[in-house]
Amino acid sequence: MPVSPKQARTLKHRSWVAFLVIPSIVFMSLFVVYPILSAFAYAFYDWQGLARGEFVGLKNFREVLFGATMAPVVWNAFLHNVYALIALMIVQNGGGFFLAWLLYKEPFGFRFHRVAVFVPVVLSTIIVGFLWKLFLNPNFGVINQALYSLGLDALAKPWLGDSSTALGALILANAWHFVGFPTLVYLAGMQRIPPEIIEAARLDGTSEWQLLKNIVWPLVAPSTTILFTLLFIGAFNWFEIPYVMVGLDGSPFGTTDVLGLVFYRTAFGNQSASIQNFGLGSALATLLFLFIVVFASMLTLWLRRREIQF
Amino acid sequence: MKLTRRILMAAAAGSVLLSGTAAMAQQTELTFWSWRQEDRAFYQDVIKKFQAREPGISVKFETYAPENYQTILSTALAAGRGPDVIQVRAYGNLETIATPGYLLALDKQNVPELANFPEAALAAETLRSDSKVYAVPFAMQAQLVVYNKKIFKDNGVNPPKTWDEMMALAQALKAKNVTPFANGTATAWQNETIVGGLLSSMLGKSFEEEIVSGKANFTDPRFVGALAKLKDISQYFSPNFTGVDYPSSQQLFVAGRAAMFAGGSYEVANFKNQNPTLDLGVFPAPVLKAGDQALIATYYDGGYAVNAKTEKKDAALKFVRFLATPEYGTSFTNALKNLSPIKGIKIEDPITQEVAKLAENAMSYLMLVRFRYQEPSGSVLLQSNVQKMLAGQQTPEQAAAEINKGIATYYKPFQK
Repeated sequence: MPVSPKQARTLKHRSWVAFLVIPSIVFMSLFVVYPILSAFAYAFYDWQGLARGEFVGLKNFREVLFGATMAPVVWNAFLHNVYALIALMIVQNGGGFFLAWLLYKEPFGFRFHRVAVFVPVVLSTIIVGFLWKLFLNPNFGVINQALYSLGLDALAKPWLGDSSTALGALILANAWHFVGFPTLVYLAGMQRIPPEIIEAARLDGTSEWQLLKNIVWPLVAPSTTILFTLLFIGAFNWFEIPYVMVGLDGSPFGTTDVLGLVFYRTAFGNQSASIQNFGLGSALATLLFLFIVVFASMLTLWLRRREIQF
Repeated sequence: MKLTRRILMAAAAGSVLLSGTAAMAQQTELTFWSWRQEDRAFYQDVIKKFQAREPGISVKFETYAPENYQTILSTALAAGRGPDVIQVRAYGNLETIATPGYLLALDKQNVPELANFPEAALAAETLRSDSKVYAVPFAMQAQLVVYNKKIFKDNGVNPPKTWDEMMALAQALKAKNVTPFANGTATAWQNETIVGGLLSSMLGKSFEEEIVSGKANFTDPRFVGALAKLKDISQYFSPNFTGVDYPSSQQLFVAGRAAMFAGGSYEVANFKNQNPTLDLGVFPAPVLKAGDQALIATYYDGGYAVNAKTEKKDAALKFVRFLATPEYGTSFTNALKNLSPIKGIKIEDPITQEVAKLAENAMSYLMLVRFRYQEPSGSVLLQSNVQKMLAGQQTPEQAAAEINKGIATYYKPFQK
């Protein structure tokens, strides 16, 4: 059958699309979908180190959620992830919102600050972790040194060694590292607001706080949706900063333990435990994945609904 | 154009030559994996010496970062690949690799040099389930106290024998504004090395025997008493010690700002590398009362194993046998300042000699040697509970009870 010029064009167009799409589909399947599916499968087996043993059904999942040894560690870590999520919501995303508002008002030097606030985001997390570890060093770190020189000796602490401050220190380091990202997203959101709205509000004599609360905040809701969802995912996958700053054990005595560290220790072992259990590790990873997918979708749907169109 | 053609021809000639020599010599090339990047020069030298003996075998030395080594190795082995000769760790870590059958069992037939090793060293590389040896041990480590001789001399003090002397010494140093111990507890595993370095003599060999036989457990007064003493002496650790991590405590000692460091014999070479002017000595954990036996806590680091699936078994065994000879042990000990467990080695370094002598009176580095096979491992329990105790958040009795409770979940003798 002869091919019409139109059909030929569609065919050409289709093969062009296929040419563009297929490599990334293959790549994603090989390096994203396949590992996730195999982790699901691994979770149902018993493991001898990295050698697969027999099929054990849901045993690994039971052990992770209710086992006498594993469950207390997992729930303890989960709680810390929740703390981190709440604290980062306030410090990182909330801080980002206010920084964005300051930049939006274009104060003196705002161009410089707009870049400066984003610079830490670009730094490697490993570097940020080490940097903060040095800052927080109890004997020669800048934070305690500053407190000593101000005569505030009573406030100086072994920050990362004190169970009451260690997790908070990690959260602040993380917020410092990433605050530039919500700032930038909120700033873009604020710049999308038609200036007439803000001018009209100003003419009506609203206070700065009312303006922020009743006009700016509702109108940047799409930014909030994306930032909260990303933070939710990030907080439950939290690993790098804790790993660099307090080590695999969640030192001191598990008070900074998070699920990412538990997963790594369980699946790959650590020097003080010797045991590598891929089954338990995969079960934990699977549960974490499902938890994040389900809650992140719910969160997105709920946040989407309260967005305002303008 | 002319030039390109000439280059091409030269390259072709070169490759013909190369393949020609390879074919002539019938070289067997072994791959040898290790996590000791810092010892590369030493291993290259060893390989050269080995090749002088076995010209038909060449060895390719490859290293991976220590924190990823176990993962990379087990992944390769699980995929049926991996190197011919493998540097492996000991005890529980060895079991994760040996249990699935990845390693070749060694015995007096295929490696007669096993006779050069003491029993405890071979035990470290033995699988508990089949009592077979899977690697040739390479180093013994000890937990003890390293001290700065100059600081001791300047302050007119000597290494203490008893715990009371140790407390008096620490107090005297602190009064003169010298930090007695560089140690900090922020890095979890440091808590275990501190216990090994300071408390071994108070625990004693009989305590270890009774733990193994099940006559005693970790709520034993010897253990609780020793922990209480540790809590007591922690006031002389580095300032703000709960927030001082491993590298910071090392730096404090290397800079000559602290008199003692409770920890591993492996620290000595490291300290000397960073500050060659340091004059160091070692002494065992102080005893409770004069006349008791002073002990250090020893363990074996790991060994050299042969991949069970290697196609070059004979060559690999030849290399491993070479790594089990007293000549090798001597050069290992002297080059790396780490004590080889091979009998009949000649030690040059005075501190290593001292460690070797102290090792005649030793107990096991208990949690690593006996309780790092199951979850929760004795090491993890000891580390976190001692860390918590030293931070003042639980008593020695509570720490001991927690440790005991954790181990009792799988250790039958404690379940009575």
